[in-house]
Amino acid sequence: MIVGFTSTGEGWDAKIDPRFGRTDYILLYDEEKDELKAVDNREVSAMAHGVGPKTAQRIHELGVEVLITGNGPGGNAAEVLKNMNVKIYIKAGGMGIREAYEAYKANKLESIGG
Amino acid sequence: MKEIVILSGKGGTGKSSVCSALAHIKKDNILVADCDVDAADLHLIMAPEKTLGVDFYSGVLAEIDAEKCTACGLCAEKCRFDAISPHEGKYRVEPLDCEGCAYCYYICPAEAIAIPEQNIGNYYQAESRLGFTLVHARLNIGAENSGKLVAKVKSIAKEQCKKEGKDFMLVDGSPGIGCPVISSLAGVDYVILVTEATYSGLSDLERLWELLDMFKLPGACLINKADINPEIASDIRKFMQKKKIADLGDIEYSDDFPRAIAMGRTLIEENETRWRPVFERIWKTIEEKI
Amino acid sequence: MRLAIASGKGGTGKTTLAVNLALKASTMMKTVLADLDVEEPNGAIFVGGELQNEKTVYRHTPDWDQEKCTLCGKCTSWCAYNALIKLGDIILVMPNLCHSCYACSELCPDNALPMVASPLGTIKQFKRDELHFTESRLVIGLEQAAPLIGQSLNYLDENYDDYDLQILDSPPGTACSMLEAVRSADFVILVTEPTPFGLHDLKLAVETVRQLKLPFAVVINRDGIGNDDLDKYLKAEGIDVWARIPHQREIAELYSRGEILYDKVEVVDSALDEILKKMEELK
Repeated sequence: MIVGFTSTGEGWDAKIDPRFGRTDYILLYDEEKDELKAVDNREVSAMAHGVGPKTAQRIHELGVEVLITGNGPGGNAAEVLKNMNVKIYIKAGGMGIREAYEAYKANKLESIGG
Repeated sequence: MKEIVILSGKGGTGKSSVCSALAHIKKDNILVADCDVDAADLHLIMAPEKTLGVDFYSGVLAEIDAEKCTACGLCAEKCRFDAISPHEGKYRVEPLDCEGCAYCYYICPAEAIAIPEQNIGNYYQAESRLGFTLVHARLNIGAENSGKLVAKVKSIAKEQCKKEGKDFMLVDGSPGIGCPVISSLAGVDYVILVTEATYSGLSDLERLWELLDMFKLPGACLINKADINPEIASDIRKFMQKKKIADLGDIEYSDDFPRAIAMGRTLIEENETRWRPVFERIWKTIEEKI
Repeated sequence: MRLAIASGKGGTGKTTLAVNLALKASTMMKTVLADLDVEEPNGAIFVGGELQNEKTVYRHTPDWDQEKCTLCGKCTSWCAYNALIKLGDIILVMPNLCHSCYACSELCPDNALPMVASPLGTIKQFKRDELHFTESRLVIGLEQAAPLIGQSLNYLDENYDDYDLQILDSPPGTACSMLEAVRSADFVILVTEPTPFGLHDLKLAVETVRQLKLPFAVVINRDGIGNDDLDKYLKAEGIDVWARIPHQREIAELYSRGEILYDKVEVVDSALDEILKKMEELK
């Protein structure tokens, strides 16, 4: 399973970025290989329009199956995510990445379908 | 640190007055971010000093290089916004009409068109008259507010808030229900809604709550000018009960609101004995909820 | 004559003035009022009246043709608004984000993105006594206010060209939807209030109408609540003040119930007379 995080930085010591579309980084945790990888999303977060859908497209391209984020996507991004096979967990904004991952594992995060 | 956003949906409900009064009450432990970029008025009350202004760039506009332009007219023919017209034997872009779609940039056979990012305004970090830090922004004429500018104002405010070790960040939110509001909600712990007892106040509150509900954010509502129309005020309270929005109480119609603004004062400065207890009670309710 | 009523800031009483002025003017000349605050049209609350006609207005957005598409993905890089998203072997079109520039449709090497009509909003036409009133309302979720305003102005040209007076209730602010609404007007009235907020936003509005080279005057609402900074500014800039409406609680109460003011409040009625007189002098 590939677990994605919207993140303020590049490693386990970063925090969950509560923003979906304008997140600066997308972190990918490959559970089988126990590997954490960071993808720079700043090119997208600096765009003027439609950042939500664009970030959703990248999450799709990166093969994310579970996404952990803060506020959750806005209307346009939600439209794109409906067409993807990704489970979304919200309200992890401000948590450390490790803490958020553990909360997800312990079924403590709220899910919004997907 | 807790982040609280104040929203209203419609103009003229007294949102900025409430925001500055709450900021005054907590002035030693707060930082304020003005994200109401279309009508960024808080700085008029807060009279900030030591202002640091930074240019802000967002979106693109087309520009034709007259040297390279062969006057073939393809760009003018294709532009759906009628933003390109002949000028002194070449073609020229009217910036007020250009939507920044970049179609002309892709098709120009002479590669004479560039699409530079636009300076759409400035953002500022300043020290207010009451001592706390105020982060605010100003848009140029004709420029659209965007989620990007709001995100910038908030991220600067947040960093500074941490640096100063303040416990509360108060955000004067954007109007409407579009992208800027969604952006001002990012990372927020609590929402304060300021409405007024009028038909338009109620209908705008309903539209706004639809949006907040989507993000499952906890919120409380304050009815300003509640006594000018008790019937509508009671409709608003019914709506709040139905949606489980906490009640911050009513504020009676008062000339202190416009007078305080006129004098560049907070409501607390305008009439301390009347308003300090009101806003201390409101703040206490909010603090208990967080 | 086409008169735009605008303000830099929301909540200054722009709609109230537009509605009352239009109703009063309609007893003297052929008048139409157009509510162009398409994101939050509130004029109908005050005007009411009988619905005469309703029209859906369309715009064009691309529609993905799966058969023809070779999934090259170029369209997603051309679109400046990220309205086209590629998810594996599908292209998603996000009509909310589309600005109808036609770039993707006309540049697509396989003609796989034909433009099709989709609703942009509605224009409703009402009549109350002698006043004709149009309300333009944007489909919720859309952000393209300016194109709907443009089409609403065309609607006025087509249906009310012979009218003596066309009054436009513009969207607040100084962004592109306000520009679109006021630029076709012969004259602009800027509504403000004598507070630092009102003055600050008025200055932006003045800068905007000057940039558009439009003649304009100011109406001061809630006169008497503030200080004299507004008057000093108007005097220094040589800006005409057409009328002053005093600050009264009675007006706020009538407003909250969606009521018409000029037949109940003497000072509003005389302010409207002054405005109508000034307009007569312009001709």
